[in-house]
This record gives sequence, C-alpha cells and structure tokens, in this order.
Amino acid sequence: MAKVIIIDYGVGNLLSVRRAFEQVGAVVAISSDPATILAASHVVLPGVGAFADGMSALRRRGLDKVVLEVAAAGMPLLGICLGMQMLADTSDEFGANAGLALIPGRVESIPTTAVSGEPHKVPYIGWGEIHPTPTSRWDGSPLNGTKPGTAVYLVHSYRLIPRDPAHQLAAYDYDGHAITAAVGRDNVFGCQFHPEKSGRAGLRMLAEFLSIKGSSAGH
Amino acid sequence: MSNTRLIARLDVKGSNLIKGIHLEGLRVIGQPNDFAKRYYEQGADELIYIDIVASLYGRNSLSHIVESAAQEVFIPMTVGGGIRSVDDVTQMLRCGADKVAVNTAAIANPGLITDIARRFGSQCMVLSIEAKRVGQEQWQAFTDNGREYTGLDVIEWAKRGVALGAGEILLTSVDMEGTRKGFDNALVRAVAAEVSVPVIASGGMGTADHAVQVIKDGHADAVAMADILHYGRASISDIRTAARAAGVKVRNFEHG
Repeated sequence: MAKVIIIDYGVGNLLSVRRAFEQVGAVVAISSDPATILAASHVVLPGVGAFADGMSALRRRGLDKVVLEVAAAGMPLLGICLGMQMLADTSDEFGANAGLALIPGRVESIPTTAVSGEPHKVPYIGWGEIHPTPTSRWDGSPLNGTKPGTAVYLVHSYRLIPRDPAHQLAAYDYDGHAITAAVGRDNVFGCQFHPEKSGRAGLRMLAEFLSIKGSSAGH
Repeated sequence: MSNTRLIARLDVKGSNLIKGIHLEGLRVIGQPNDFAKRYYEQGADELIYIDIVASLYGRNSLSHIVESAAQEVFIPMTVGGGIRSVDDVTQMLRCGADKVAVNTAAIANPGLITDIARRFGSQCMVLSIEAKRVGQEQWQAFTDNGREYTGLDVIEWAKRGVALGAGEILLTSVDMEGTRKGFDNALVRAVAAEVSVPVIASGGMGTADHAVQVIKDGHADAVAMADILHYGRASISDIRTAARAAGVKVRNFEHG
C-alpha cells in the first residue's frame, strides 16, 4: 500500500490533501521529519501563499534539501499549487527568489489583460479546463487516464513557465493565455490546481500518482 | 473571463439547513450535509456554509458540520457566520474549510480583513456584504442578517475591503433574498465595476434564467444558489445546461 507523506513546513492547510489521499486508499502522514519523509513511497509538497515565504519556510527546516533528496532518489514527488511553483528555478513574486530548480523555468505573474487587451481578473479563481500541450505525454503521470478538457480548481496569481516545453504536461486557457496547469519531469510532478478540491477528477489524479512506482534511477 | 462558478449556499441554524425570506422567517429544510453531498455529486463548483445566527448569539455551530462534510466533499468550501478572529479562521480551516466569509466582525474591526489575508492569503478571505437598497443605485451594508444598520455605503465598503486584503466578495441582497424574484443585478454590477476581485452574487434566484441575468447584466463572477436547489426546483446540472445554452461559460463537469 502506498505510504504518502505530506511535507509540513508550516504553510497552509494540509487536511484536505490528507483526506483526499485517504479517500483513494493511501496511508497518509503529515511530517517535517527528514527520515520519515525519505521513508515514504510517495511525497507531496503542498503550499499556498507567497513564493519567498514558502522557500524560506522550507529552508529554515532544512526541508529544501530533503525535497531534492526525494527527487534524486527517484521517489514520486508531487508539488501542489505553491508546491509546484517552488519546483522552478526562480520566481519574480516580490523580487527574484530562487526555487528548488527541479523543473527548469521561472514563475511570473499571470498577465493582467486578456490577449485581446481587455483587463481580466487576477488572481484566477475557479475551474479551468486542462489540455495536453503538443509535446506532453500524460501516461506515466498523475494525468494518465484524465480526459483532455477536464476542469480542475485553481486559485493563483503567478504561473510557472517551464524552459523545456516537454516539462509542461498541461495548460488551461485564460482569455487566450495558455497557463501552466501541470508539469512533469521523470519522477517529479507538479500541479498548479488543487486535485484535492477538484472533485472526482482530482481524486482520480491522486490515485494515478499513487500508481507511479519509484525508481532508483532518478535524475 | 474565467468560467462562472455555480455555488450552492447552505444557510445553517444550529444543526439544520434553513431558508428564510429577507434572511428572516426561517424554515427548517433538513440536514445540511445531505444536501451538500447531493450538490457535490451534481457538480457544484463550490459550497458556502453560513451560520445565520452565529453573530447574534456569539457562537458558531458550523465546525462539526464542516468537518463531516470534508470527509466526503472534495470541492472548495467557504464558511461564514461568527468568524471574529484569526483563531476562529484557524479553527475553521482545521475543520476542512478553504475560505472564510466575514461580515459583522470585519465591519466592527476592518483590520481583521488584513490580519486574515496576511496570515492565510487573500484567497482565503471572503468579505461578506449584506446589502439593502436605500435609493437609486445606492445600497448600505447591514450586519446580523440584515438586522443591524451600519451606515456604510456598499460600494465604498467593498472597495475598502479589497484594499485591506479581501480576495472575493460575497454580495447578498437582503431585499431580494428568499423572494425568488431574481438577483439585484444593478447592485452586483455596481460592485463588480469597482473591485478587482471576484464578486459572488447571492439572494433572489428563482429560476435558472435569473443566474444568466446576473452574470450577463450584473457581471457576477459566481452565483450562489440556495432554495432553488434545496426545494429541487432545479438541479445544478439544469442550471449549468441553461447557462451554457445562454452563452455563459461554465465548467465542463461531464468529464469529471
């Protein structure tokens, strides 16, 4: 049985994520202990709030290094929302800040106007329909089996732009802008949306994540 | 624009789901979570729980209801009524809420909006405004379910609330609430034009067409629905179908 550890670095509400993983049959614990995290079968990096606060909270607890160890060990890792954004190299949110550099790319704000030039609302709050990008493959990722066009719940003002398009698994359209919804590179995955709040479709993705086997290869 | 959200609103008194008219004259409808689960399965985009007597009696009975809903409902949940402090918010989030809606305490202490937004993020802080029409294109904010007069102009209060950190506005028309005569479209339009954050229209929905009107004419970003759902006059999927037929963008639920 999958043993999921949700990394607790003092940011955000972890109960919904925990409950959703339980719903799909996982044994789940919330922990900030490096040994416990490294003994998991699957690791989740959650998070809401500002990028710099999240990174400094991780570093203060030495958990940035633990996440890098998890990734290097080939363990399936899933970043959610801010947890996904922190996988990037850098973020522009409130000045340039370094991330975990597991997914090459940068985090920048969602454009405040539509492609047409009309102003639109930021943060984006609500359900967006996700589609694969021309180079993405959903098999072997948490999106395996998800139908293109499935709607997921998002709340964010910033977006991750992967440097390598192959790392962008899915995007949703916001008034003509393709906003990154999910990323993946080997055993490291991230979703901007909240699978734990995306109804049955989100639960299905969490179940798929659990079916991903860890490897010793890593990257 | 993004998909317009269809939100089921559950007004609760004690352990019961209730419904009133103009937020008064309450009738018991049933157990809130029987309805919550049904709306989740029908494809509601979010749920809003409001304890409608919490600020009156200085207590909140929603913790247990929300905690139990969180066991089987996997969509965002907003909880309001009787939220007075950052600690109250912590408690609600621990029970499984994603956001809190604050009205009375925010009016008494506007700094609470900033405290909540700083601690949990603006996305967590929904400013709930109960609006009564007092003139042509003029509304004032009330508290305690439309009982207490505050003298605050709704549009000015909404703008100030957003400046203080509110991430969304739940805008309830006390005049239209429970009447089934439609939303106060002018109210929603007036507020939506002045704030940069999403506005949830609440109060007055009698038919699916009323939702279409408040989205198209009122520029609502989300629609809160209560007794139209509770009494089964329409299901969420009926409303989704009607909205889509009228050209309103709503989420694709069929793939869910």
